[in-house]
Amino acid sequence: MSFETTRVTARYRQNLRSNLGGRLIGAVLFLCAFVTVVTTVGIVVILFIEGLSFFAEVSPIEFFTGTKWTPLFTSKGFGVLPLISGTVLIGLGAACVALPLGTLTAIYLSEYATPRIRSVMKPLVEVLSGIPTVVYGYFALTFISPFIKEYLYPEAGPYMAISAIVVVGIMIVPIVASISDDALRAVPRELREAAYGVGASKLEVNTRVVFPAALSGVIASYILAISRAIGETMAVTVAAGARPNLTANPFEAVQTMTAYIVSVSLGDTPHGTIEFKTIFAVGLTLFFMTLVMNIISSRITKRFREVYD
Amino acid sequence: MLGLRLAMVDAVGEGIMDKEENRSLEVPEVAISTNGAEELEDRTETVAINIDALSLWYTGVQAIENVSLQIPENQVTALIGPSGCGKSTLLRCINRMNDLIPGVTLDGHIKIHGESIYEKDVDPVAVRRNVGMVFQKPNPFPKSIYENVAFGARINGYKGNMDELVRASLEQAALWDEVSDKLSESGLTLSGGQQQRLCIARAIAVKPEVILMDEPCSALDPIATQRIEDLIRELRSTYTIVIVTHNMQQAARVSDKTAFMLAGEERVGRLVEFSPTQELFTNPSDSRTEDYITGRFG
Amino acid sequence: MRSANDPPTSQSRLVLSEYQTNNVLRHLKGRLFYLLCLLGSLVGILLLVTLLNDIRQDGFHYMSKHFFTNFPSRKPEIAGFHGAIMGTLWVMGIVAITSFPIGVGAALYLEEYAIKNKLTSLIQTNISNLAGVPSIVFGILGLQLFVRGTIGYGPAICIGEQCGFGRSVISGALTLTLLILPIVIVASQEAIKAVPPSIREASYGVGATRWQTVSSHVLPQAMPGIMTGMILALSRAIGETAPIIMIGALTFVAFRPEGPLDPFTAMPIQVLNWISRPQAAFHELAATGIVVLLITLLTMNAIAVLIRIRLGQSGAR
Repeated sequence: MSFETTRVTARYRQNLRSNLGGRLIGAVLFLCAFVTVVTTVGIVVILFIEGLSFFAEVSPIEFFTGTKWTPLFTSKGFGVLPLISGTVLIGLGAACVALPLGTLTAIYLSEYATPRIRSVMKPLVEVLSGIPTVVYGYFALTFISPFIKEYLYPEAGPYMAISAIVVVGIMIVPIVASISDDALRAVPRELREAAYGVGASKLEVNTRVVFPAALSGVIASYILAISRAIGETMAVTVAAGARPNLTANPFEAVQTMTAYIVSVSLGDTPHGTIEFKTIFAVGLTLFFMTLVMNIISSRITKRFREVYD
Repeated sequence: MLGLRLAMVDAVGEGIMDKEENRSLEVPEVAISTNGAEELEDRTETVAINIDALSLWYTGVQAIENVSLQIPENQVTALIGPSGCGKSTLLRCINRMNDLIPGVTLDGHIKIHGESIYEKDVDPVAVRRNVGMVFQKPNPFPKSIYENVAFGARINGYKGNMDELVRASLEQAALWDEVSDKLSESGLTLSGGQQQRLCIARAIAVKPEVILMDEPCSALDPIATQRIEDLIRELRSTYTIVIVTHNMQQAARVSDKTAFMLAGEERVGRLVEFSPTQELFTNPSDSRTEDYITGRFG
Repeated sequence: MRSANDPPTSQSRLVLSEYQTNNVLRHLKGRLFYLLCLLGSLVGILLLVTLLNDIRQDGFHYMSKHFFTNFPSRKPEIAGFHGAIMGTLWVMGIVAITSFPIGVGAALYLEEYAIKNKLTSLIQTNISNLAGVPSIVFGILGLQLFVRGTIGYGPAICIGEQCGFGRSVISGALTLTLLILPIVIVASQEAIKAVPPSIREASYGVGATRWQTVSSHVLPQAMPGIMTGMILALSRAIGETAPIIMIGALTFVAFRPEGPLDPFTAMPIQVLNWISRPQAAFHELAATGIVVLLITLLTMNAIAVLIRIRLGQSGAR
């Protein structure tokens, strides 16, 4: 080491020791990131502890197989199946609306639309997911339900599952359209050219090559969209009604798991009672249903990315 | 082959023919030629593809200017030139692949066996059916080997025995022996060179007249490259092949005729010279060709 | 000169006998499929237009100065949105103050500080899973953690004897903060990733510490992107109804909150309250409230777009 270097080091020595401050900042930033982990742990712990204390009083067998959900009445029934059936009815119904529409939108956006049309249309479609769900509830209650009563099914009451199905379906179209569009656009151009090169028409290229190649991404979008539909709360609370109802008839009123949780919290059920604890049991069921679907969806998406990157 | 050409002559009709130049030269030969294998022996210069005063623009920016080329049937024609000279663009005009790029306009004519492929009533899909293409990067579909080969035949309504067609195509592409026991495996499991031969088999399976190859060996190692080159030489008895290559040795090894293209300062590609390969490489008539093949630029 | 993109009009003459395809049929099918896709994508937009029109029809009858200054009332003519607007302002203000530093801090940690190990990828996976948790579940979390200050059997947030914040502004705000945190983090990460590595290298090259590099080069460059993501996340939070119903935002509030520990209502809650009434007049009030809510959202999104456009114009990269 020369004299010159030694002197320079001495003059800036403070910098070499400033590592402590840097570490402190790193630790603070880590804590910020760790908040998300704490959130998840908090959710799981709360749902589990309160849920377990519910299951200490009500057997899980009754909960998961019973067909009568009347925890707030004097003759109590703790069978969650009517809520699950209501949730599944709306989730699957919304899927019937959103999957075809979303898929067609994605194919149109990625394969047919000019860049100009695309730049207008894609944000417009995405607006659908930015509208507050309570607004969809209003639309369902004041427009769709009366419309259906008037023209399709006069016997229906003011609340009906189908009305919620339509708005929840529309609400999740952007999820399907956006993620599927990404998946379709990620299909390499070479693959399209290969198909065109053997004389395939555009329809054949799209349906036999591009769509199958993007299938895993498309399916991931489907699962994510259905998971979102199942977790949707306000539109179903407003439009589908508040009657736990084990039915597959979309023109009847049903109650979903989310709508039930809201109805309890809007009421005056005191904390600590078995009635109040139902929301944790229902919440736990809901949490795991959506969690499993989200994990499957992100697994598929991840594998799909690995194929083309 | 015969069936196709007769059908074509029927369809083109006398009225159109009269208006077209060069037509009288080609049509009799088309009608006479009966068997691809025999043609190898006496290689008369039957023009398979006639490119006539072709210019092309990408959204108004000219990429190719006034290129005219007569590509002979059942021979290998190489397009060479420095990158950006428009050789790939020209190649992709021959099967109207450039139609897929928005904003492309072109002027001039391309006739394949006398039929102008840019007429308004010609379907680009049918053109590509007859003019197969092999791409720079091997691009098998993410499907089984069998389905890769059968794809084109299926969509084009092939009525014969599919298993035989797949086998024949893979044999012709010199891949059958390597994949005969794993036809149901994904085409993506093959090595790069095998994938490229699979792509050639896929192109062959729809029985095109012309095969276009866009730098087919640029992503391959030397051994795989040699196998493809051998294959190209075998295939020319049956197909008219046009190959774009940035590798002059490759052009010299595989091609019968070579076209040299060059883009000037303004990045517009023009044809400089088109001669038999041997002549172009040993005795170029244009000084720019000589500069290029001796490595003075590009 | 003619366009190469002219549509084909007839069956080609190039047809081999072994290959029998009806090209007219193929084109017809292709055309039909195109129309199907176009129609499918227009349905969503059409319903959006119908929805906005439905709201427009009812949404301006009660629009007046009183609507913004009055509190809710049993008489629709004098009912107003004032408490809801003030409640939303209070809640959003606190959400912005809390979610910005935590979100950006987490993004900085993940992008600039974290070593790629199991814990980091766990945090990352957790963030994307958290984004998919139904908002009502966040409501349950907020109800226990912030309102009542307990996790399960034991107290969690207590000051002396007093546990939790009650059904207050701060409880709602913290719940929404946790809800939008994944969005803020992911958007900030994207913005930070987009800063070219050369800038970091240049900074490290003159001997800057990590924090100096991050704070004086990476963050300023990423800020427009972070702000865009932040605004979009806040606009998501404004419309959220379920979680703040869970924590017990009141549906009938004839006062405005004066501090973070006051009870409150919010715009979507007030709208829900009006929707739940059977009388048509209250539905019109709901529509009026929705107009205010949507205009607020539109303004926020417009600001986000403006920031994005200005970022594009300044040619930051």
